[in-house]
Amino acid sequence: MSHKKSRGRGGGGGAAASGDGHEDLARPPPLQAVLLADSFTLKFRPITLERPKVLLPLVHMPMIEYTLTWLESAGVEDAFVFCCAHSHQVKEYLEKAGWAGKSGPGSMAVTAVESHDAISAGDALRVIYDRGVIHGDFVLISGDTVSNMSLKDALQEHMDRKKKDPLAVMTMVIKHSKPSILTHQTRLGNDEIVMAIDPETKELLYYEDRADNSHLYITIDKDILNNNPTLQLHNDMEDCYIDICSPEVLSLFTDNFDYQHLRRHFVKGLLVDDIMGYKIYTHELRSGYAARIDNFRSYDTVSKDVIQRWTYPMVPDVISSRDCSESRLHRQGVYKASDVTLSPSAQIGANSVVGSVTSIGDHCKVLNSVIGEGCKIGKNVLINGSFIWDNVIIEDGCKVSNSLVCDGVHLRAGAIVEPGCVLSFKVEVGKNVVVPAHSKVSLLPQPSNEDSDEELEYADTNSGITDSPPFSSMRSNGDQSTVPLEEDESGTSETGTCGVVGYIWTSVDTGIVEEWRQSIAPIPKEKLEELLHAVSDDDGSEDESNNPTLPDKDDSSDSVVEDDDHISKFEKEVEETFQRALGGGVNRDNLILEINGLRLAYSLQHADCAGAVFYSVMKSALVAAQSTNDTLLKTTADALGKWKDLLRNYTKTVDEEMEILLKFEEMCQETTKEFSLLFPKILPYLYDTEVVSEDAILRWAEEKEHADESDKVFVKQSEGFIKWLKEAEEEDDEEEE
Amino acid sequence: MPDVQPLVSDFVLKLKRRKVEGSHAVARQTAELLRSVVSQHRMGSSANQAAALADAVRAVGEQLIAANPIELAVGNIVRRVLHIIKEEDISSTAVGIEGLSVTVDSDGEYDSEHDDRPALSAAVLAAHARNALRAPSLQTLLEDIPVSPAISRTASSTGDSDGKSKSAGDKSSTRKLKHDVIAAIGDLIDEIDSCYEPISEQAVELIHQNEVILTLGRSRTVKEFLYAAKEKKRSFRVFVAEGAPRYQGHVLAKELVEKGVQTTVITDSAVFAMISRVNMVIVGAHAIMANGGVIAPVGMNMVALAAQRHAVPFVVVAGSHKLCPLYPHNPEVLLNELKSPSDLLDFGEFSDCMNFSTQDGSPLLNVVNPTFDYVPPKLVSLFITDTGGHSPSYMYRLIAEYYSADDLVVRRKATS
Repeated sequence: MSHKKSRGRGGGGGAAASGDGHEDLARPPPLQAVLLADSFTLKFRPITLERPKVLLPLVHMPMIEYTLTWLESAGVEDAFVFCCAHSHQVKEYLEKAGWAGKSGPGSMAVTAVESHDAISAGDALRVIYDRGVIHGDFVLISGDTVSNMSLKDALQEHMDRKKKDPLAVMTMVIKHSKPSILTHQTRLGNDEIVMAIDPETKELLYYEDRADNSHLYITIDKDILNNNPTLQLHNDMEDCYIDICSPEVLSLFTDNFDYQHLRRHFVKGLLVDDIMGYKIYTHELRSGYAARIDNFRSYDTVSKDVIQRWTYPMVPDVISSRDCSESRLHRQGVYKASDVTLSPSAQIGANSVVGSVTSIGDHCKVLNSVIGEGCKIGKNVLINGSFIWDNVIIEDGCKVSNSLVCDGVHLRAGAIVEPGCVLSFKVEVGKNVVVPAHSKVSLLPQPSNEDSDEELEYADTNSGITDSPPFSSMRSNGDQSTVPLEEDESGTSETGTCGVVGYIWTSVDTGIVEEWRQSIAPIPKEKLEELLHAVSDDDGSEDESNNPTLPDKDDSSDSVVEDDDHISKFEKEVEETFQRALGGGVNRDNLILEINGLRLAYSLQHADCAGAVFYSVMKSALVAAQSTNDTLLKTTADALGKWKDLLRNYTKTVDEEMEILLKFEEMCQETTKEFSLLFPKILPYLYDTEVVSEDAILRWAEEKEHADESDKVFVKQSEGFIKWLKEAEEEDDEEEE
Repeated sequence: MPDVQPLVSDFVLKLKRRKVEGSHAVARQTAELLRSVVSQHRMGSSANQAAALADAVRAVGEQLIAANPIELAVGNIVRRVLHIIKEEDISSTAVGIEGLSVTVDSDGEYDSEHDDRPALSAAVLAAHARNALRAPSLQTLLEDIPVSPAISRTASSTGDSDGKSKSAGDKSSTRKLKHDVIAAIGDLIDEIDSCYEPISEQAVELIHQNEVILTLGRSRTVKEFLYAAKEKKRSFRVFVAEGAPRYQGHVLAKELVEKGVQTTVITDSAVFAMISRVNMVIVGAHAIMANGGVIAPVGMNMVALAAQRHAVPFVVVAGSHKLCPLYPHNPEVLLNELKSPSDLLDFGEFSDCMNFSTQDGSPLLNVVNPTFDYVPPKLVSLFITDTGGHSPSYMYRLIAEYYSADDLVVRRKATS
């Protein structure tokens, strides 16, 4: 009802209604928009090193095209595109697509605003303010937002409110979403948002987007409760990141030069600050679609929403980028361009898009995937849930599942891309190579963090669970991106002529835990159960019950959820891999790579790896030796000598060394009793080869002191050695002193 | 025509973004745009003025049709305009030939050609040319005149002779052609605007006292039709099926009640239950195809089947701009458009069903929202257009009156 009223009032004051949506906007000043063509995050790295995020194709059309199209159809007359990183590419695109330099009635003037030192949305808005181009109300949106909502009501509400209360500076567009247990995080991969809204005035009173998982509660200021007799707490709202702002917003950003993030700083800052008394209101989206592509997960989700036509008319068969040929919608949601070459035996499953001039060979299967233009896909290829951009060559027998494959990538025959991978521009994957799950491969090396030098970067924030060391060896093989790195990763191939051209990136900013949350691949079953489990544990608190993932506590949750079965499976695979390596052919670096891949696939930690590798080494020694203890000792020593480098790779910390010792102990007790007698003899050897340090041994001994008698067997056996170590240490200390 | 290009691209964008929808609005705006295309067209000195003009129209028409292939009215209007150009060209050259018959005959170069039919006067030629624009009728067949070669020959010969001998009068004749075409397009626009009147004039003949009419959704033509019957003091009742998922039937019910028509709103699914009490089904259409099939809002096929089952007449009312000279091939898919599923479901409520991360990437819930239905000709009892009532089998003939056969594919020719 309120909508109707306000609309009626607006119609009375404005021009004669033509039902066109223009009558509200025909008045001076024209509606303006600020489009941030830079997300100021690194979530789309490594792709964004080469192309700005807003130009990444979302179902064949660059994201910014969706945003601009929507702005134009929403009646915006003046749009300022703020570009920072890759600004020339953005500008070039605007020229080419015909956005820039357009003027006249009914069309939107697009101006690029360039700045190279902006590192946040706050900086961007300050630059816009300095240019002095915004005169009236404007729409603030980032260039990765897809929407088809009608802006009319929200605008009208905003203007009416503004007339009554000049302090109402911003209207935030929010969207209802099902307050299901999982939806929030799993659908778009975002953090949950908790908002407090006055049900009468729709004023936003509280906003929390990083509802931290470690504390399952929110804190609301008493004053808020005092001043507002009624208040609704929402955890079922999605922030569309579409804001209608008054010009004051820009000056607020300039006044508060420490505002960086739109939500975290600006919105929260305004809500907390009651001296100025600025107010933010919300507009709930009733019909229409709006979503922002924030990470790979939401890229996947929004793509599928587009294919399912929630964004109509912004769907592939209606609006295509201007130069490409028409694609048509066939049954079951298959979009095919007219000039696709499709083998009769190829099978295109539901909800797929195939771009023009693409050819697909015999017996291929394409399911839930988007394939760009000019791709060549060989025979017997399986593409599932993936996004293949333009001019990709996929040779016979490849398998690509739930991955993102950028322009110009070349997959040679038999290559397998496991779920969650991102292959950046022009990466080449060799014959029969398996790209392990969640890898990010780029031709460009991973840039180092500003505050840490090259060495530190490898072992940075992820402390302990970083997988960089093994990859660093790979990186050192090719100091130039043009040098192909012949890395044999494949488990099955004996040819050795395969590899990946490119650098495999370690996950720097997101961390291993985020990977499954924000990748294209569906969430693994066990993680899902974990989420559900965590939810059912505390269904009491209304808001936080939706907040079950504990990304910071991965270690603990892992050990709880990953049952023994999981680990033993992993061990078995490591052992098999190791056996293959023993069989010859596979060199050490590749072995490390492969084991790392397995580790990622099972989402385990380095310590687990260390244990598993050690187990395999010992096992191999046992197989080689036949019966007597002497030969066993000898082969063990040989094996350890041979593989000490490998083991050292995993024994970076005392914890991991401890793990080896514990594993060894466990082996002696349970699986391979042959070693039990040799324990005290092998232990010094482990020390000599620097697989385990004295610290680890001493700590191990210390821990065992309080254990059961049965557990102490081996400590006792090696008492002499431990004693010697202790003495040596004391001597060292004395010498130092 | 650089002058009209912004207008054209603006309209193309509007069509693409589905800002203009509905046959009537689309038809009218297309006609207006083409009128400005024609009036901005600079008549060159080249011999074949009409062909150049037709090419200009075709070039624009191609873009418009591609912008929204579902709005068949765009193509209809483009073809109508092409037809108009051809007709005007022939009538103007016919006048020219009449005046210049002596010159043409004495022109040695063309003697051999004209020798074939020396007795044929220019006026007769023009008359045949007009006929030739239509589909070959019984009359032309009986007269046994090789129509099409004659036309092409005369067209070229007159064009050339124009260029040679009539250079002085050239300007005036081309100006006249352009003027005539613009006037004819103006007539077309008027026709589109007033198409409701001749249709609703026939209302009293069809709707009898105390009858029960059923309709689906909301069509302006149907509304005007029922209004007209009401104004003529007919008393009747109307069942309005609401027309999910856009529920335009609700709007129609409101409008009918305002005019004092006894109205009952039913759900689409109740149509079959109610049809036995209905005397006639009157519905609107999105387009009428050349085979007499109808592209109509979704749900119409079901209504037509129900009507057939109970032998209730199924009447389609539509203005002549909805007559499409194309035959429907695979109409459920090719002549259809899937709209946003948000008409059916609230995205927020169902967002958990579209959580791809938990279901190995493939959505379990699909929502399909087609706009149109195809009603085959055998289910239609009668068409009422502005030229009167016609049976489905007559449609191709009616279409031949409005369009020339070689314009079916609107594409710029590579040559000329």
